[in-house]
Amino acid sequence: MKYVDEFRDPELIERVAREIRRTVDPDYDYRIMEVCGGHTHSIYRHGLRDILPQNIRLVHGPGCPVCVLPMGRVDDGLSVAGQPDTILTAFGDMMRVPGTKGTPLEYKARGCDVRMVYSPLDALRIAQNNPEKHVCFFAIGFETTAPSTALTILRAKAEGVKNFSVFCNHVTILPAIRAILDSPDMRIDGFIGPGHVSTITGCRPYEFIANHYRKPVVISGFEPLDLLEGILMVLRQLRAGQARVENQYRRIVPWNGNGAAMRALADVFELRPYFEWRGLGFISQSALKIKPAFAQYDSEVRFELPGVRVTDPKAAQCGEVLKGVLTPPQCKLFGNACTPEHPIGALMVSSEGACAAYYKYVAKPVEA
Amino acid sequence: MCLAIPGQIVEFSPEQPLLAKVDVAGVKRAINIGLLADEPLELGDWVLIHVGFAMSKIGESEARDQLTMLAALGEDAQAMEEVRGYTFAP
Amino acid sequence: MNTKPKIAQIEMAHGAGGKASRRLIEGVIVPPLANRTLQTLSDAATLTIEGARIATTADGFVVKPLQFNGGSIGSLAVHGTVNDLAVSGARPVALLATLILEAGLSGEVLEAEMEAMGAAARACGVEIVGGDTKVVEHGMADGMYVSTFGIGAIDERLTLGPQSVRPGDRVLLSGPIGDHGITILLARGELELESDIASDTRAVTPFVQAMTSVAASGIRWMRDPTRGGVATSLNELARDAQTGIVLDEESIPVRDAVRGACEILGLDPLHIANEGQFLAILAPEIAEAALQAVRAVPGGEGAALIGEITTEPVATVITRTRYGGTRVVDMLVGDPLPRIC
Repeated sequence: MKYVDEFRDPELIERVAREIRRTVDPDYDYRIMEVCGGHTHSIYRHGLRDILPQNIRLVHGPGCPVCVLPMGRVDDGLSVAGQPDTILTAFGDMMRVPGTKGTPLEYKARGCDVRMVYSPLDALRIAQNNPEKHVCFFAIGFETTAPSTALTILRAKAEGVKNFSVFCNHVTILPAIRAILDSPDMRIDGFIGPGHVSTITGCRPYEFIANHYRKPVVISGFEPLDLLEGILMVLRQLRAGQARVENQYRRIVPWNGNGAAMRALADVFELRPYFEWRGLGFISQSALKIKPAFAQYDSEVRFELPGVRVTDPKAAQCGEVLKGVLTPPQCKLFGNACTPEHPIGALMVSSEGACAAYYKYVAKPVEA
Repeated sequence: MCLAIPGQIVEFSPEQPLLAKVDVAGVKRAINIGLLADEPLELGDWVLIHVGFAMSKIGESEARDQLTMLAALGEDAQAMEEVRGYTFAP
Repeated sequence: MNTKPKIAQIEMAHGAGGKASRRLIEGVIVPPLANRTLQTLSDAATLTIEGARIATTADGFVVKPLQFNGGSIGSLAVHGTVNDLAVSGARPVALLATLILEAGLSGEVLEAEMEAMGAAARACGVEIVGGDTKVVEHGMADGMYVSTFGIGAIDERLTLGPQSVRPGDRVLLSGPIGDHGITILLARGELELESDIASDTRAVTPFVQAMTSVAASGIRWMRDPTRGGVATSLNELARDAQTGIVLDEESIPVRDAVRGACEILGLDPLHIANEGQFLAILAPEIAEAALQAVRAVPGGEGAALIGEITTEPVATVITRTRYGGTRVVDMLVGDPLPRIC
């Protein structure tokens, strides 16, 4: 596969790994945060921890839209599934995420019409094919995914579709990074920036991390070679005492982002004053809301949603893991009470969550 | 956080200018190219696909440059070590 | 009895062949029926009737759509049961078939499926010697369901089972994985992906027989990795044999299109269902000969040795990547779901 296989080339990977070994200060314990859950998944899937020197610790960041979604929001979305003549559509990622009364798959097993879609446009098509039903799309995702939802809403309006709405849970990554940087117990030396978010936002929005917090940021791709090169670039900045935003993923990420996508976002969405992140708490201006001009496509306007806050059990230490204070197995619940089949904490719910990835690819599976 | 994969444009749809068919290792799907409205696209171009949308056009020369640069990585350092090795060899 | 049920309600995941299926079978289905033969939970049960040993197995087939690229429910129902017998070390002899038909099913489809069953049975050298037919109301079944029961003659040269598996043994896989599961996923049409990929549904008997004829004493265990894929079958073996299994990622055959679909959908080919492949654990000294025997049978060219049995880590399957990284390959939890993140 072009643009995949070349970036998994063992010889080049060994070359970069050798350069990383040459660049690290063996007496320093590095803590580098990969912001994006896709990076976390890739690191485990390709076993990259085995290749890196022991004194580089990768701290898994908040970039998993499923993980950071509070259970109360899942309940709100699922309350739509219980309404008559309604079809709830969602990405496969959401299908096993538990609300207080079960997962979307369990709702489906009880007879609710819950369907998995690959694209928000597929949800719109289901609405067009089922004019007698209302179709709600449970939207999740960061800046990468939000423009697709925006274009889908614009399309629904252009085509005059009346039986379609979006339950919008789109969040933005920068306020979450800032929240982590402002947390008193955090110590991160540098960041691997989210490659696919940056195709939309470009690299400039990360400059505050370099300028204000004096931390290197390297926007990186997801193949093993990309991630290793990104780590090498962070190490080189640290060694030179620099803090800059660099773009490792130049074949994909334009420095200025995607103008058409940013315009679509601005047309359809506005910032929420604040939004709750599972494991991190309330963060101001960290999520998107559908603008009043598109209210007819906003599930939060069309339906009366319960809006009940559900707090995670105190014993789940997701916040500490998210900030890198604890590693997944250091949480008291990891692997016993909290497993991918029965997740309690945020980071176990999605295969991208740090705990789920750790459990799946590193920990010896514990039979229930 | 976002799974995206490179695919090659193999077909444009005359009736639906916002759609293009892409090929990923022999698997094809119609995807929306509305997010690349600012970018001229041609048959054979590679784009990054996420949830049925093309997010970004892939830069072939950037990819090539990266691989070339990585292939030469450490050559200088290695040469230096070899030179030093020669110098200090008995 | 007022005790809490072990399972609140049946979920789709209980049928997906992974951990949930295992809990359903071991927690709810087996205990009330317990007997020594059932306890082994193997693909086929061995019975001794007046001194003669026979292998028996039953399998249910529910597939949507009924017809797909490379096969259909009729051929699948024959191959699935034939394969369960073959990997249990038995020569398939006869099948019985039960049909559950939904009112409204077109006669054309039914006739085509009966033809497919007949053709598949003849090709496998088994006879369908009986069965039953029931019709249910419209809306109660997806067109038709088939259940097949198979009888096989035990090959006395083979001693199969997890207890025969030793560290150092090699893992043989008969060909590229994931073809069936990806074909069905695409055939449902919801993902709107197109590909010319076809199901691998076929009988594995010729390959098993070829292997047995050169290396019977060195074959330790076999399984057809259907639902839950290679990952699930090997995890079950690692657990039952109390060994580790280390796979060499690069040696696992996967077709380009299956890989492409898996990359698009965020799936792992090791978790995807197969209907025409088998896994065999082989003594190291006969592994190469067994591989060559499988490869010599038409359709077996893609076979490969993909890993080996280890002492550590116990009850775990690990994959080694090309560049020296390792990862744990877990059993599938529920159905494989496409993901976007």
